[in-house]
Amino acid sequence: MGRARLGQTPWQTVGPFFHYALPQPGGADLVELSEAGARIDLTPADHFLLTPPPRFRPPGEIIEIVGRVVDGAGAPTPDALVEIWQPDGEGVFGELFGRCATSDDGGYAFRTVLPGRTSGPGNALQAAHIDVGVLGRGLLRRLVTRIYFEGEPGLDEDPVLGLVPDERRATLVARRTGPGRYRFDIVLQGAGETVFFDC
Amino acid sequence: MTSTDGYRREDDGAHPPHLSEAYASTALRSPKQPLVRLPHTLTEIHGPAGGGAQLFGPAMADLTRQHGGEPLGQRIIVAGRVRDEDGRPVPGAMIEIWQANAAGRYIHARDQWNAPIDPNFTGMGRVITDEAGRYSFTSIRPGAYPWGNHPNAWRPAHIHLSLLGPAFATRLVTQMYFEGDPLIALDPIAQAVPADARERLVARFDLSLTEPSHALGYAFDIVLRGRDATPMEP
Ligand SMILES: [Fe+3]
Repeated sequence: MGRARLGQTPWQTVGPFFHYALPQPGGADLVELSEAGARIDLTPADHFLLTPPPRFRPPGEIIEIVGRVVDGAGAPTPDALVEIWQPDGEGVFGELFGRCATSDDGGYAFRTVLPGRTSGPGNALQAAHIDVGVLGRGLLRRLVTRIYFEGEPGLDEDPVLGLVPDERRATLVARRTGPGRYRFDIVLQGAGETVFFDC
Repeated sequence: MTSTDGYRREDDGAHPPHLSEAYASTALRSPKQPLVRLPHTLTEIHGPAGGGAQLFGPAMADLTRQHGGEPLGQRIIVAGRVRDEDGRPVPGAMIEIWQANAAGRYIHARDQWNAPIDPNFTGMGRVITDEAGRYSFTSIRPGAYPWGNHPNAWRPAHIHLSLLGPAFATRLVTQMYFEGDPLIALDPIAQAVPADARERLVARFDLSLTEPSHALGYAFDIVLRGRDATPMEP
């Protein structure tokens, strides 16, 4: 280490007014072109300049993940942004990054593919998972969590889930509500608080 | 995976805490449970190719030319370099930009302050760093604006900047302030940053970046987390 390290630029909140700059139409649909994920209602039409990202049908089983972001009082957070990052169904990383602005009731929804399994610490195979970042007003820094999937193989041996206290592990596992449909609520604080990671 | 290096951790001496009493909205939105340290696996060390450049769309580097006429306000050029902690340039990184107009008003339905909207200014742009990690954009100096955090609360003039960087782990969203603004010292969001790191959020006036007869220049460099060369696995 010959030279002094540069200091990291500090995090700051996205604040409440990011909707005309970050969540694109279609940003929450990683499978095909659609409008999902943006809040175009919050910007005058002639000032909404975000355009949909290109989409190429990724290999894998198409799934939908829906949930709500709620605060420590159980109230919905209508000004949060949920970001996801994952490999495709074959475990290959490419462009599967998604964003969804929460609705007035704190809701979000992604359409994507079930991620393939990838290797983790000590070459242990990780269970299928998606990395999640939560941003918003009142969040000075990103909160990082992971979505795992009920019923998918490897949950009991997953090297990251194994680091989480037993009684909190369920907060990281999306509940299967139907074929290809999952529910994953994000509780920022309090009873049932989602496990967040130092990433 | 055992041979894969991760990234250095976020330095708590550089970043605000999740809970900051003076910023009221953090009270119910900050976790109470300890964070679990996440080993950097393939998921954390990968990110969209080119820092999202393909995903987010082409550069929009001049925020003063997005409508029929010129926006009101002081034209500015903001330029700098994106590097990692080891001083290595971060090329091909997408920087997403948003801000209020010269009067301090956002083009956003939830901004209910009565300062005027500027029909010629949206306040949204994006730029991609070059091979040396350099970026530059042209905009309008944003105004300060009031907010409801505490009595007579004003946000200092600021520009919001978002970077994905090379990996999920290097994500950064920050705010750039302007040298000499007395509101910085009164702002709970800026002051939530540890004192030693706060000045990293302040852009400096730079005559060499100024474009004669057109716009004032401000320099703002950004440092993302560097690679951790030490093996993490037992
Ligand atoms: Fe702001």
